[in-house]
Amino acid sequence: MKLIIGQGSCGNAAGANKVYEAAKQYIKQNSLDIDLTSTGCIGMCYLEPIVETVADNGEKHTYVKVTEALIADIINSLIRNTVLEHISMSQEDKLILSKQTRIVLRNCGNINPEDIEQYIAKGGYKAIEKCLRQMTPKQVIDEVKTSNLRGRGGAGFPTWFKWDAARRSQSESKYMVCNADEGDPGAFMDRSVLEGDPHSIIEGMMIGAYAIGASEGVIYVRAEYPLAIARLKIAIEQAVQRGFLGRNILGTSFSFDMRIKVGAGAFVCGEETALIASMEGERGMPRLKPPFPAQKGYWQQPTNINNVETFANIPWIINNGGSEYAQIGTDKSKGTKVFALTGKIKKGGLVEVPMGISLRDIIFDIGDGIVKDKQFKAVQMGGPSGGCIPVELLNTIVDYESINKTGAIMGSGGMVVMDETTCMVEMARYFLDFTQKESCGKCIHCRLGTKRMLEILERICGGEGKEGDIELLEELANKIKESSLCGLGMTAPNPVLSTLRYFRKEYEQHIYDKKCTAKQCKSLLAYTISKDSCTGCTLCSRKCPTGAISAERKAVHSIDKEKCIKCGKCFEACNFNAVLV
Amino acid sequence: MNCCCEANSKPFDKLDPVFDKYKNKPGSLISVLQEAQELYGYLSMETLEYIAKNIGVEASKVHGVATFYTQFRLKPVGKYLIMLCKGTACHVNGANLIEEAICEELSIREGETTEDKLFTLNNVACLGCCSLSPVMMINGETFGKLTSAKTKEILRELKERQSSDQEVDTL
Ligand SMILES: Cc1cc2nc3c(=O)[nH]c(=O)nc-3n(C[C@H](O)[C@H](O)[C@H](O)COP(=O)(O)O)c2cc1C
Ligand code: FES
Repeated sequence: MKLIIGQGSCGNAAGANKVYEAAKQYIKQNSLDIDLTSTGCIGMCYLEPIVETVADNGEKHTYVKVTEALIADIINSLIRNTVLEHISMSQEDKLILSKQTRIVLRNCGNINPEDIEQYIAKGGYKAIEKCLRQMTPKQVIDEVKTSNLRGRGGAGFPTWFKWDAARRSQSESKYMVCNADEGDPGAFMDRSVLEGDPHSIIEGMMIGAYAIGASEGVIYVRAEYPLAIARLKIAIEQAVQRGFLGRNILGTSFSFDMRIKVGAGAFVCGEETALIASMEGERGMPRLKPPFPAQKGYWQQPTNINNVETFANIPWIINNGGSEYAQIGTDKSKGTKVFALTGKIKKGGLVEVPMGISLRDIIFDIGDGIVKDKQFKAVQMGGPSGGCIPVELLNTIVDYESINKTGAIMGSGGMVVMDETTCMVEMARYFLDFTQKESCGKCIHCRLGTKRMLEILERICGGEGKEGDIELLEELANKIKESSLCGLGMTAPNPVLSTLRYFRKEYEQHIYDKKCTAKQCKSLLAYTISKDSCTGCTLCSRKCPTGAISAERKAVHSIDKEKCIKCGKCFEACNFNAVLV
Repeated sequence: MNCCCEANSKPFDKLDPVFDKYKNKPGSLISVLQEAQELYGYLSMETLEYIAKNIGVEASKVHGVATFYTQFRLKPVGKYLIMLCKGTACHVNGANLIEEAICEELSIREGETTEDKLFTLNNVACLGCCSLSPVMMINGETFGKLTSAKTKEILRELKERQSSDQEVDTL
């Protein structure tokens, strides 16, 4: 009998750690013969903590939203071979899983990431063996070319092309680097794969290293992911012990070593040349390309950099064939894409879908629509480099070219859903605030232009917008795009340009009518009290920090606009919905 | 560094093994700074200068790297480090209100430490628990689905735990 607890960062945050401890205690106290293990994130974050039981006859059962108090019941029903219906995963939720196509996430939530044997039992390290024994580096690259796999780090550059360039570079030493810096501040796909299936990344990197002729690999992970770092360390150690890493791997002439480099918190370090500078212990400042990393990268040697998700696809492609992979998807975008579906969505989490699926299907079919059934307004893709896609374009399909056409980008996979209560001007301000802080400062337009744009947006949200602001934003945006050296500056204005494209009216309402229809921009709100609903209970006036509410018991209250600081305390306090905004 | 007791006469001894570990590995400045911060909680000017001297890099460069990356703290932090997520999902779900609640409860702003050295507030990007947004992490423990009221309650509980700890200490 087996008890498997989902312990990704998200599961632990929801209490999976405590559930694990409770289970351990219970099993020990009652001297039960039950195998307790943990696994990575299955992606259904809204159901965490998730516990799976496996009976001796192999029968599996999944329980959701489990608490410590439920552990005894779960274990007892496992022993008695009964089922606790009220906490079982619903048919509907199982259906959601079945709507996905799991290649990258094939093992996430299915194996114990801290046990290499489980990865091997799922066919792990078969792909590298096949490469080493049956394929030349050129054939490996051809297979990846057939698959048409494009980089999942954002830009969608064909993976085979980069590998081929690095292979052609002549040098004694070459490097294979995994970009696990995951900078988009609303995305966690890479983290889940690192935590849930670290060996798939190691194997993907090995295959790439064999193809380009590298003997050293580095995984650059962001410091904010302690669990991912810990699991990677364990995975590398185990791979070394089992002889998958080191000298003369599987008795061949191929040797490969791997280490982890922990980042130190800078968004720009996700950019290739900045990442290399950071790996060398410098400030993470991008430099002009060419020379490309494939010619001169880490320590001036040929270097290939790929994203986590890109690598996770590779073993599958080698095992199943590039043409099998190319069966999935659209004309120019093949395979699957993992998205972190978040924001105002009912069933948020990690989803892996085939390219070509529509945004509507992802948000309304898999994600089950908007929290509290509010009105959908837009979905943000590509984070600080991307844009918002409005309701009219919900039928857009997921493929690099189609998404680009909307003014957003595929990005690394952040998908933040927004509803009627999200202010689009404020969203643009949020992203500019982010990029302005993260600009490394090398290019003047990126350093100062983003600051000026942020100031204008702050002014507009603060009720001080004036005529000409929109035009000025557009002018600055185009200048910054034209005169920045790296992708950060080149894309930083996108959140503003895309919201201007689809939500210009909201900007105009802020500037000319001094109104924020989403009711998010404080300075533009006016609080009043409804004569009809106020019962004269004085609660609001007691909560008001500035004494702006005149409140006589049993009389209708009123708010002094001069004194009101728009903190919203009265709105929160009122039990009769009498405070209006 | 106003302590003059013996244990502190060589305040940077603990760094020597770190220097040894990275001696023959070029490009390790960031790793050395990370380990130093782990040891001392933050990077003082003296620490940075000591590192510069010992690994043979100009102090200006060490300072440049330490100020470039957000992970490095040049000031000491409180006993409880509050990492408030300002990622996109948390932002959309009201992280601003949580920040206001924290600032109000503790009378500090982002980046500051309370006078009693109990709390420091740092904003961070996505903690990876977006489905529980808004989220904060205090000394490694994650708190999700926050509201203003719940946030204040959590902080008050920590304050109370602290003062009862102190009572035990003085008994
Ligand atoms: C400002 C900036 C931030 C980036 N951040 C990331 C990141 O966090 N993760 C990532 O894989 N790629 C990131 N990229 C893209 C990388 O530069 C690079 O294209 C990618 O890692 C290549 O891998 P791929 O071909 O597998 O996509 C970023 C690019 C820019 C300009
Ligand atoms: S945005 Fe806050 S946890 Fe992801």
